Amino acid sequence: MKDSVHQPTTPFRLGTIIFLVVLACAVLVWRAIDLHVFNKAFLQNQGDARALRVEPIAAHRGMITDRHGEPVAISTPVDSVWIHPQTYSRDKHDLSRLAKLLKLDVRKLNKKIRLRQGKEFVYIKRRINPELAQQVMKLEIPGVSLQREYRRYYPMGEVGAHVLGFNNVDDIGQEGLELAYNNGLQGTSGLQRVIKDRLGRVINHVELIKEVSPGKPLTLSLDRRLQYLAYRELKQAVFMQRAKSGSAIILDSTTGEILAMVNQPSYNPNNRLNLKGSRYRNRAATDTFEPGSSIKPFTVAAALESGKFSTASQIDTAPGVFRVGHNTIRDFRNYGQINLARIIQKSSNVGATKIALAIPGKNLWRVHSGVGFGMTTGSGYPGEVEGVLTHSSEWRRIDQATLAFGYGMSVTPLQLARAYAVLANDGVLLPVTFLKRTAAVSGERVLKSKTVKQVRTMLEAVVSAEGTGFKARIAGYRVAGKTGTSKKTNSDGGYADDRYISVFAGMAPASNPRLVMVVMINEPRAKVYYGGEVAAPVFGKVMAGALRLMGIAPDKVDEHSVRMAALGEHL
Amino acid sequence: MNPYSSNNLDFGDEHRLGGRGRFLQRIHLDGPLLFALLLLASIGLIVIYSAGSQDSGLMLRQIIRLILGFIMMVAIAQIHPRTLSHWAPWIFAAGILMLVLVLVLGEVGKGAQRWLNLGLFRFQPSELMKLALPMMIAYYLGSTPLPPRKLRLLACSLLVIIPTFLVAKQPDLGTALLIASSGIFGLFLAGIRWRLIVSMFILMAASAPFAWNMMHDYQQRRVLTFINPETDPLGAGYHIIQSTIAIGSGGVYGKGWLNGTQSHLDFLPERSTDFIFAVLSEEFGLIGVLLLLSIYLFITARGLMIASQAQDTFTRLLAGSLTLTFFVYIFVNIGMVSGLLPVVGVPLPLISYGGTSVVTIMASFGILMSIKTNRKLVG
Repeated sequence: MKDSVHQPTTPFRLGTIIFLVVLACAVLVWRAIDLHVFNKAFLQNQGDARALRVEPIAAHRGMITDRHGEPVAISTPVDSVWIHPQTYSRDKHDLSRLAKLLKLDVRKLNKKIRLRQGKEFVYIKRRINPELAQQVMKLEIPGVSLQREYRRYYPMGEVGAHVLGFNNVDDIGQEGLELAYNNGLQGTSGLQRVIKDRLGRVINHVELIKEVSPGKPLTLSLDRRLQYLAYRELKQAVFMQRAKSGSAIILDSTTGEILAMVNQPSYNPNNRLNLKGSRYRNRAATDTFEPGSSIKPFTVAAALESGKFSTASQIDTAPGVFRVGHNTIRDFRNYGQINLARIIQKSSNVGATKIALAIPGKNLWRVHSGVGFGMTTGSGYPGEVEGVLTHSSEWRRIDQATLAFGYGMSVTPLQLARAYAVLANDGVLLPVTFLKRTAAVSGERVLKSKTVKQVRTMLEAVVSAEGTGFKARIAGYRVAGKTGTSKKTNSDGGYADDRYISVFAGMAPASNPRLVMVVMINEPRAKVYYGGEVAAPVFGKVMAGALRLMGIAPDKVDEHSVRMAALGEHL
Repeated sequence: MNPYSSNNLDFGDEHRLGGRGRFLQRIHLDGPLLFALLLLASIGLIVIYSAGSQDSGLMLRQIIRLILGFIMMVAIAQIHPRTLSHWAPWIFAAGILMLVLVLVLGEVGKGAQRWLNLGLFRFQPSELMKLALPMMIAYYLGSTPLPPRKLRLLACSLLVIIPTFLVAKQPDLGTALLIASSGIFGLFLAGIRWRLIVSMFILMAASAPFAWNMMHDYQQRRVLTFINPETDPLGAGYHIIQSTIAIGSGGVYGKGWLNGTQSHLDFLPERSTDFIFAVLSEEFGLIGVLLLLSIYLFITARGLMIASQAQDTFTRLLAGSLTLTFFVYIFVNIGMVSGLLPVVGVPLPLISYGGTSVVTIMASFGILMSIKTNRKLVG
């Protein structure tokens, strides 16, 4: 190697090189200024467009409670675990830890993720409780995130299913009271601006755009205890009678509040998978039936109100058969010469027909319509129907005759209960409600106080040893009520001989009524089908329990209750 | 007398400095260059801390790498240029051999065969070649009068093309580009005729379609997306779009350290390695970019000064081509990140995280310092 200094022929091309280097630097500086200064606004917008997001904040749906504040529909926060398959680490160890915590099968989970490899979002497990969700996040597995949701929970389960209804996956009311009061319950979701990273994880909350306003709580008139009691007895009766369906309603006759409303068959609102539509119906408010003999107290009331009849009036029902045109109206047997009270007590169709035909049709219509038949109850329940009650001007003689004992018209169990509440409430009709009343509501007087008292006395006789509703009796309380057994219509328009609806409608304590209850059993298929045999026992059991639960004082002092009281003092 | 004292580009004459200058001279280090490199490394660590989401482990690994790099620099600075000249052909031959070995039995990493497993550690022969080629060119041309004759030029062309081809085959286009430019700079500095340079460019342009056909799919795609990034904003164009957004969002003053959103929210790919310039731009703005460019320009100028003051052809060509290669690193990386050039895997010297490039770059500065401090200062 030579050590001598070689002088290159050109002076190292230093000038050219410096020129090129400076030029290159100038290009970079120009580009930097271009981006940093001239394109800054545009590029910052682009950057924000990638990172800034406006997100809704889920509003907590209002809680529904019964009249005593017991929760019957609660929204609980739950978290759904999801994974971003593209970012997910695919670490076997991570996956098995996740699967173990969530009690999932590792292989199935792995397969699930692999199948959706190209996707952005795969649920791992939905709606787990937040504590478990926090444990999942503590695993710090890349690509695993949570999504906050609210899950509606109904502590009463099938007992309150129909009345309360349910929400869809977006937490919007679909049925029942959830639907009726959706606006108040729902609340409005808020909006917030957040910074999200490339994987959509929220990194930072920038600002609150709109405050979230949670849904308002709703206090119902229902009493959870009565609801349970009514449901238990109804379910048992429907099962024992092998009936198709059944409904029961308890009303507070002094306020019009619905204390219990139950139906069979029911469903579990907390798990509505594989459910038939027919089970959703709140039959007590949406299904009508021909009320049959349970309507007779109103026919008698119309007779008394007309002035043509009094409690002393005698009606000849012999021979137990009565022809109206081509139709024959029959009694169970020949009752002979009877008064109004006996018509009610023995449920004489002939008697009821005769008094109905003896007064102007308008009078009968005024009472039926006055107690609320043929119109909605004003409860606001979604899907509630009006039933059918034609105006007296359209009646033929036979129409007027059959209306006397509850055929040719249709009512819902709720309408029937409201009508009986008029008898319980001194002749004043009140709007019914599912909400707890905070102030007294003014009603409309539709029957004279005197008439109502007289009819009530007659109804008490029904629940006596000689009456059709004896099985509705309650120890310690005076009970007034009426049975009804109506034949169901066939598809050809006639009446079936083997399909019945059994009803019992009544009130207690009869001396100063507070609770009105209607029990309706549809198509009992066991041996007996009379309202007095099928529906009245349910009434008796439920009403007895309801009176006790509500602390309503007994109004009948009989030998039995005296003995019980004496026993109590010794205890 | 120093024969170059009349040179206007004399940045710092160590004999005019005090005791510290004399100490640095004795351990064969160049003060201004050392200072600039340390400054650059510190800035690099600061940016990596932010880009790596404040991962101190990442920073620690980079510190170790930098320390190794500086040790390498100091060690090489102790080697006399004459020795380097003696070694040049052997190092070059070893480099070529290893490049061939890599292609035959190299380890695959990220889809390319670049690594040679030497048991204790993995070695990237292409990095060695970044130094070996300019040394070889300088050695080859240094032994004859300049400008070189045609036959020598042809030989030099082969010296450049063979390693470039071997590295491009791995495939590692970025490194191949750097190796080729280091060789071409040697030739250029040796004073080959402009006519030749122009005809070479014409030849390159003419062979572009063939080169295009030889390119891998992903390389073709990179060039296409470079021409129009919006054609595939989620795929290949993603890098360029995200990095220009990050750079521009910084504005003049930047968003401040650790406050860059694009980088921290994971939108910016390769943010602590090849695309770290975008992080710096977003957080320190135009001011930071200008400062960084000034430091790079200073280092380049210092390198060119060392080259222009070198006393023989070997050292002059070597110093010149190493300095210019360093500058190419900067230009290609910043050009790529700011969307001026297609995406090629070239790190930003001493700022980007990782890579054996730190050691290579520091070794080249070791050579520069050796050249600087081994001038005969006899008057």
